[in-house]
Amino acid sequence: MTEGMTESVKQQSAPAGDESRNAAPSSGLGIALAATLRRDLVLMLRYRGEVLNPLVFFALVITLFPIGISPDPELLQRIAPGLLWVAALLAALLSLDSLFRGDFDDGSLEQLLLAPQPLAALSLAKVAVHWLLTGLPLALMAPLLGVMLSLPPGSYSILSLSLALGSASLSLIGAIGAALTVGLARGGVLLSLLVLPLYIPVLIFGAGAVQAAIMGDGAGAHLAILGALLAASLALAPWGIAAALRISING
Amino acid sequence: MWAFIHKLGSPKWFYALSARLQPWFWALAAVLIVIGTLWGLAFAPADYQQGNSFRIIYIHVPAAFLAQSVFVSMAVAGLVFMVWKIKVADMAAAVMAPFGAAMTFVALFSGAVWGVPTWGTWWMWDARLTSMLILLFLYLGVIALRGSFASRHSGARAASVLAMVGVINIPVIKYSVDWWYTLHQPATFSVTSSPAMPVSMWLPLLVMVVGFYSFFIALTLMRTRNEILRRESNKRWVKELFQEAQ
Amino acid sequence: MAFSSFADFLAMGGHAPYVWSAWGVTLFFLLASVGHARLERRQLIRGLKRRQRRDQAYRASPQNSTGGQNAPAGGGHHDA
Repeated sequence: MTEGMTESVKQQSAPAGDESRNAAPSSGLGIALAATLRRDLVLMLRYRGEVLNPLVFFALVITLFPIGISPDPELLQRIAPGLLWVAALLAALLSLDSLFRGDFDDGSLEQLLLAPQPLAALSLAKVAVHWLLTGLPLALMAPLLGVMLSLPPGSYSILSLSLALGSASLSLIGAIGAALTVGLARGGVLLSLLVLPLYIPVLIFGAGAVQAAIMGDGAGAHLAILGALLAASLALAPWGIAAALRISING
Repeated sequence: MWAFIHKLGSPKWFYALSARLQPWFWALAAVLIVIGTLWGLAFAPADYQQGNSFRIIYIHVPAAFLAQSVFVSMAVAGLVFMVWKIKVADMAAAVMAPFGAAMTFVALFSGAVWGVPTWGTWWMWDARLTSMLILLFLYLGVIALRGSFASRHSGARAASVLAMVGVINIPVIKYSVDWWYTLHQPATFSVTSSPAMPVSMWLPLLVMVVGFYSFFIALTLMRTRNEILRRESNKRWVKELFQEAQ
Repeated sequence: MAFSSFADFLAMGGHAPYVWSAWGVTLFFLLASVGHARLERRQLIRGLKRRQRRDQAYRASPQNSTGGQNAPAGGGHHDA
């Protein structure tokens, strides 16, 4: 699983001439990103539970609501957008703690810090893997749970799309919190305290998109705002994640 | 300019300067808050719609202003600490957080109490109250994060990063909550946006706002001085400070 | 003056519980933060002075006075 990293290191040191030093980091960036992506994907896929647990959690939470409130389809239909979004958000939150934990424990996070490539870019690759294996499956699974909550037809594609877009922002913002708490022994509850208030705008516009689709209004505006939130977090969050990782490791 | 900033960054110099500034801010705060209280409670005319319950505005609005400004100043102090490694900035940020949380709580409490005569209920998911509640959670997060690191330096840096992330998010949260509120609660009566408040009503409000701000400055100076004594207790100048006093 | 009598002022036109509880909580928090800061300062200073006395007593006692140049004039402090 570490051959990807060593590969990139080899690639780094291959042009050993002093004059090519300056060019090396920029040319190695693509390789390092690909290696980080591949390594994290392989790692996550080996621990299948890490990928499946959030999905099971999502389905379970959605099951609790009809039991706790009422199986009345009309009522469920009214609260379905909010329920699906809140449950997906909590499922994504649940998986955040393991985002940097394993790498922190076995020391590979320190290697990431020592790499000549910018830490922000490398952590972005890690977050991308996290989204690919949590946010995206949640988005794909949501329509199934929407059927169980008698979500009206016609809003399923919007539900998936809003969750796919929104969960990417959630992964990015959440990664800052995960990076801040990775050095703490019991960071789990603290992580949710830090991250949940920051999730509120995404929740508002994500659930709003599904609501608008049900009402028959176009959800385009909501999706556009979700896209804008994603663009903003893509531009800003990596710097926060990198700074937070440096604090967690160097103190 | 740079020399001044670095001088300000030295705890010893800050300790001396704040000793001279502090009494003025305390005096200003006390005078303005007493005047504002008397003026707002007894002399300002009652609102024609809300009657005397409107007088809660004279603490609700200053507290809400402070709740937001304290968070921004905390983030600025955090930035100064991270960029220039000025320790006094972090001491100030550390003492600002609990006061900001207290002011957020005051704004929430006075808003809820105000809601009873106005809306007939203790809690309403009003845009202003909702964003205040989220702000309170942000404060609690910063305080909890700082406290959970074993090393003070790591905690300080982590809290600075979180405060900066929070301050970028506050406007986004505020606007999305406003938008969410107008979507779900069309055209309800908002407490503080009464059109064209007469001078006799907003002048005491202005006095209270300035009074609360000087209270914040005075308290921050005083508690930063305490923090300096705590963290620099091994330094020679701190020891000399209390040498002849015994 | 918006009220005709002091009793009127206290009654706040029927809104007394709301107005006075909001002001009471606010003033409590303001006064409590001042009180806390003052108490904190007093405790810090007391701790600093106690440490100073201990250090001086340590330096003044004969078995520790290797330098002994700055032994305090008014010795005989009681250790707290």
